[in-house]
Formats: sequence, structure tokens, C-alpha cells
Amino acid sequence: MDLSLLSTLNAERAARRATVLVTDLGSGEQRLVKEADLAGDVLAEALDKQLRSGKSGTVEVDGKAYFLTVQAPPPRIVVTGAVHISQALAPMAKLLDLDVTVIDPRTAFATPERFPEVTLLAEWPEEALRKAPFDGYTAFVALTHDPKIDDPALQAALRSNCFYIGALGSRKTHGKRLERLAAAGFGEADTQRIHAPIGLDIGAVSPAEIALAILGEIVQGLRGPRRKST
Amino acid sequence: MISTDTDILATAEAWAKAGRGVALATVVETWGSAPRPVGSHLVIDGEGNFLGSVSGGCVEGAVVAEAGDVIADGKPRTLEFGVADETAWQVGLSCGGRIKVYVEPVRA
Repeated sequence: MDLSLLSTLNAERAARRATVLVTDLGSGEQRLVKEADLAGDVLAEALDKQLRSGKSGTVEVDGKAYFLTVQAPPPRIVVTGAVHISQALAPMAKLLDLDVTVIDPRTAFATPERFPEVTLLAEWPEEALRKAPFDGYTAFVALTHDPKIDDPALQAALRSNCFYIGALGSRKTHGKRLERLAAAGFGEADTQRIHAPIGLDIGAVSPAEIALAILGEIVQGLRGPRRKST
Repeated sequence: MISTDTDILATAEAWAKAGRGVALATVVETWGSAPRPVGSHLVIDGEGNFLGSVSGGCVEGAVVAEAGDVIADGKPRTLEFGVADETAWQVGLSCGGRIKVYVEPVRA
């Protein structure tokens, strides 16, 4: 591998951008394909499939064997609301290898006792998101029911290429939310990205069941048909 | 501490930038109960220092030895280890699996 290629690969990884290193196992020729350039690549279909699986592997195309080294950033979930559902969601997400960040400026809710082993930011979303901006490997979940906290984060999520956006609330609550987002200049194409009512329809009742429904939907967003990246 | 792929590839870059001869080994295929998944890396320098793993420690010695040749002649190689192979059995992939390892030089 050329050192310059290795340096680019490491830089992309540090910036939380996905890449696939293509190695022709016969000739030893290599090239690095960035996620943004993937669609136009000659091996687009194979690369896309491999990247979505999140795993490296060997593929054969036209009688040639290629090794595809997948460098996908670790997926993570950002939640607004240090609430009961988030308390159930955090340990379940950990089992799924999903990092969780909980944002809630209400210090009575955002306590390390209630949220051991997660990144907890007792700040307003604008402030918190400066440290950990949304990207294509982030799922955003709005759980506070409080527009003052949820809306700024939701707007930031809609401006990003988050692979999943979900917001808790009844259809009525969501209707009001859509009105506020429309007033803020977001069109229907934007707001259609929001999963609301949130979570897979499994009839979830308890906070843990709702967390399960949300995580099921997030995994579907991650592993399911290719998400649109902007 | 177990080193992650990020550490290993960053180390490969740092070693190469420091002017050391460097080879990168990658598990490209596995069959059966292989100890490390496809994509696992091992980085080796010209003096036999290494970081990471391509097996549970069973075949690292053989890979490190081969990496010395890769660094010397600059040509990548594909190595196979498994119980079916007499030589490989000597270096001991005793879990019963088979692995294929691609070893390539890092060129400055």
C-alpha cells in the first residue's frame, strides 16, 4: 500500500467518513473509494453491498478477486431527553454496538446515576452538537416532548445526512411539530425523513418496549436498503 | 490493552513516516472456526516489531517472518494457514479453521 493512500484512509476514518479500500489480489493494485464517490465507481454494486454490511470481504468480479477493506465509522445514536425511555435504550444500544450520547440541559434528569456508561451532555443541543455534529452514521432520536429542547436538535438533524431521525409523540403532537418545522422553512421532503410515531409498530407500551421498537427501526435504517446520503 | 484497527493503521502510517520498513497483513478469507474476522490487521516493521493480530496468536510468528521478505523485496504475498496444510499445522492453527492472509509492503 502506498503511504499516501494509508494516510488518506486514516484521515477519512478520523473524520468519520466511510471508505472502501479496493485491493486487486492478483496484481496488488489498490485504490481508495470514498463514500461520496461510490455511486460512480465501476464496482459500485459490490462496494455498496460490502459497505452496507459493515464488514470487509473478498469479491469476485469478471474473474478477478478483489479484497474490499471496509472502513465504516462506528454508528451512534444521539438522543435528546434524559428520560425513562433513554434509560432503557442506552444499555440495549450498547449490546448492539451502538454508541449513545444523551443530551438534556435539565440537570435533574441528566445525572450520571441515571445514565452510567453513556456520553451525557447536560447542555442545550446547540452547544452539545458543536462537540459532536451529526453525520451519515448518526441516528437522532427526540424524546423530551419539549420543543425548546427537541426542535433545535431536530432541525440540525434535518440539515444533516443522519441515517435515521425519529421523534416521540402522538400524531397530534407530531402535527404541531410539523407546523413549527414548516414555519422554520423545512419542506415536506425534509420532514418526511422523521419517523413519527417513532419506532417499529410492535404495540410497544413500556419504556423498554418503546426503546426496543426505536432500536429495531434504527437497525433497519442502518442495514436495510441503502440510505440516501447527501 | 487490545489494539483496535484504528490504532493498527495509525501505527502503520506512523512507522512508515518514521522511515521504518513496514508491512501490513490482512485476513482476507476465513473458513470454519477462524479466530479473527476477515479484515483484521497486523502491522510489522523490518525488525519484527508488530501490533494487532490475524489469529489468536497461532500463526503470527509465520506472518511476521514472511513480512520480513515482503519488506525486503517489496512484493505482496498471499499466505494460507489451516489444518489441511502440513506446514501450517506446524505453526499451529489448532482451532481447526483455515485463514488466508494478504501481506503487503507500505511504500513511502
